[in-house]
Amino acid sequence: MTDTLTSREDTHELLRFATAGSVDDGKSTLIGRLLFDSKALFDDQWDAVEAVSAGRGDEYTDLALLTDGLRSEREQGITIDVAYRYFSTPERKFIIADTPGHIQYTRNMVTGASTADLALILVDARKGLVEQSRRHAFLCSLLRVPHMVLCVNKMDLVDYDEAVFKRIENEFSAFATKLEVPDLTVIPVSALKGDNVVNRSENMPWFQGPSLLHHLEKVHIASDRNLVDVRFPVQHVIRPHSSDNHDFRGYAGQVASGVMKPGDEVMVLPSGFTSRIASIETADGPLEEAFPPLSVTVRLEDELDVSRGDMLCRPGNQARVSQDIEAMVCWMDEARPLKLRGKYAVKHTTSDVRAIVKDVQYQLDINTLHRDETATELGLNEIGRVTLRTTKPLLCDDYRRNRSTGGFIIIDEADNRTVGAGIIV
Amino acid sequence: MSDYRISHIAALEAEAIFIFREVAATCQRPVLLFSGGKDSIVMLHLAQKAFAPAPIPFPVMHVDTGQNFAEVIDYRDRRVAEAGVQLIVASVQDAIDRGMVTEPPDGTRNRIQTPVLLEAAEKYQFDALFGGARRDEEKARAKERVFSFRDDFGQWDPKNQRPELWNLYNGRVHPGEQIRVFPLSNWTELDVWRYIGSEDIPLPEVYFSAEREVVDRGGMLYAVNEFIKPREGEETFFEKVRYRTVGDANLTAGVRSDATTIDEIIAEVEVTRITERGATRGDDKTSEAAMEDRKREGYF
Repeated sequence: MTDTLTSREDTHELLRFATAGSVDDGKSTLIGRLLFDSKALFDDQWDAVEAVSAGRGDEYTDLALLTDGLRSEREQGITIDVAYRYFSTPERKFIIADTPGHIQYTRNMVTGASTADLALILVDARKGLVEQSRRHAFLCSLLRVPHMVLCVNKMDLVDYDEAVFKRIENEFSAFATKLEVPDLTVIPVSALKGDNVVNRSENMPWFQGPSLLHHLEKVHIASDRNLVDVRFPVQHVIRPHSSDNHDFRGYAGQVASGVMKPGDEVMVLPSGFTSRIASIETADGPLEEAFPPLSVTVRLEDELDVSRGDMLCRPGNQARVSQDIEAMVCWMDEARPLKLRGKYAVKHTTSDVRAIVKDVQYQLDINTLHRDETATELGLNEIGRVTLRTTKPLLCDDYRRNRSTGGFIIIDEADNRTVGAGIIV
Repeated sequence: MSDYRISHIAALEAEAIFIFREVAATCQRPVLLFSGGKDSIVMLHLAQKAFAPAPIPFPVMHVDTGQNFAEVIDYRDRRVAEAGVQLIVASVQDAIDRGMVTEPPDGTRNRIQTPVLLEAAEKYQFDALFGGARRDEEKARAKERVFSFRDDFGQWDPKNQRPELWNLYNGRVHPGEQIRVFPLSNWTELDVWRYIGSEDIPLPEVYFSAEREVVDRGGMLYAVNEFIKPREGEETFFEKVRYRTVGDANLTAGVRSDATTIDEIIAEVEVTRITERGATRGDDKTSEAAMEDRKREGYF
C-alpha cells in the first residue's frame, strides 16, 4: 500500500510560507512577481488588476490589488486579513500566507506563522531595519517557524550597493542571535525590477547566494518534522455497525509527530494502559508505517477504552499530562481583554477543556522585548506569559519541541469566538 | 518511502480527511453539499475515505435549481446510491412555487439558491455544511477560513472572522448558527484534476470534450440544451468543447478543448491562462466584488 503514496505522478513537496511586511516594503509587489514569473497568475486576474489600477489613475499596475481581495481593503488600500495564495514550480508546490505587517494585525501574523515552514520578512534597503522588522522576526521565532528569509528589497534604489546590504544583514543577524532562529538566509532583491527574485541578478555580482525562488525550492524542510516523539491524538472512533466489519474498532487521527509501525508498543494517555498496534489502516489499505502529516486509523491488539481527546504515544516517551499550563499567549480579541481569574474554553490537539487564568506573569513589549510584570490583563494583539489551570489534564509537550502538541487556542465561552493563541513553555 | 516524504497531493488529502473527521466528531448535524460537480465529487470521495470502513456519518444535500445538466443529475443519484448516503434535495423550483423566492427576470437562479439553502439548513438543523470551495477560485475566497462562521442569517462577516491557527479548528456555534467547512481550501484546480486522475474517480461526461452545438455569447460558448436556445439573430455551430466547471446548465459555458481523458484535461489545465470561473461562469462577471457580496448574504 505504501506504494500508492509515492507512485502518484506528482511528487512535489509542499512548502508553506508566511510573508510579513507592509505595502511600503514592496511585499505585494514581491508576491506578484513570484506569481507572475512562475506563471501562477492567470490572464483574467491580471486584466482585472490592470483595469482597476488604470481606473484609479495609478502610474503602474498595482500588484497589491491581486492580494487585497475584500472590498474594504481595496477601498482603504490596506491589507486586513491573511490571504492565501498558491503557486507551484517543477520543484515544489507553495502555499503563501500573506499577512499584513502593522502592529494592529499581530494576530494575523501569528495566524499565518502558526502553520508556516518558512517566514519571509521584507525590509526596505533605504530604511534598513525598523521596529516592524524586529517585531516580525520575534513573532516568527515565538511561533517556531523553522526557516527565516530576510529580503532586503528595493536594492535598485540604493544603486545595488553591497555596503548597504551588509550593514542591514549584520544588524539583523545580531538581533536574530537574541531570538531562536534556527535557519536564517538574507537575500538582496528588487521586487520591482526582478533582481534575485526568480533569477540571479546581474546587478549584484557581489552576492553569491541563491535567488529567492531558488531558495524556496531547495530549502530542506523534510527534517523539520518531529519524527522522534510518537504523538497520535485520537480524533474519532471508527466503529462500523455492519455485519462485514462487526469487530472493527479503529482510532482515527492525524499523526502529530513520530513514526508508528504495526507491532509497536503504545501507551494510551491519560489512562496509562498499554497495548500494541495491530494495524494502521487507510481507505487504500494498511500501511507499513505512519508519520506526520498522514491521516490514518490505528487498531490496537487489546480492547481498551479509548476516545476522542486521548493520545497514543510510546511507553518510554510520553507526553506531559498536566492541568497546570505555563504558556505565552497572544490575545486576539478586540471586545474584551484576557483577565486574571477569567474562565475560557481551550482547544488543544483534539481535546476540549475549560481553563481559568491563575496568573498573568508579565506582558511583553514585542518591539523592545521589555517585560511588564505589573500587567494583570492582555489586550488585543498583546503577548504575555500566563499560568492556566485546566479542568482536565492536557496531553502536551513544550511548543519548542512539538508544534502540534504545544499549541492551543482560547475560546470565549459566551460567543464562541477564538480570542487567543497559546504556546506551551 | 523511508525518507518519510509525501507528495503535496497526499498532504492535501491527509488535511482534508482530518477536517472531515474533526467536523464529524465535534458538530451535531453536519451535511455535505453535493451537486455532482467535480469539486463535490472529490468531496464525497474524501468523505468516504475519511470514515472507511464505516459509511459516511452524515447526509448529503443538493440545492437543486432545476436547471441542471440531466446527466449530472443521473450521476448524482448513482453516486449517492453507491456511497449509501441519504440525499436531501432542496428544490429552488419548489421555493418559487411556494412564493418563498421570486425568479429574477433573466432566469438565473444562482442568487435565489441562498434562501433555499438557508431554509433547508434551518429545517434540518444543520450546524456544519461542507462545501467544495477553494481559495484559488476567487479573491474573496482567498481570505475565507477553513471553518467559516455564519450567523443566524447565514451571513459571512469578512472583517470579523475567527482566527485559525495550526490545525485547531473552532466549530462551536449556538443553535441557529452554522459553520461552513471547506476541506479543499488549499487545493488548486490542477490539484483537483490530478487527484481525480490518481484516484481514478469517474466523472459525468460533460467534463470531457465532445462535439457540441453551441452559441457564442460575448466570447463564451454555451451549448444548446433544454435551457439555452439560440436567440433571434444568434447562429449555432458545432465545436469541440468541455466544461471546466459545472453550474447551472443555463449559465455555464464550455471551453474549446480536445481533451477526452483526465490526462488530457490535466495537460490542458497545466498550460491554461484563464481562471476557471473567468472562463466559464456568467454569474461571476457582475462586479469586482460579486463573490464577496453573495457570500455576505449566505452563498457558498
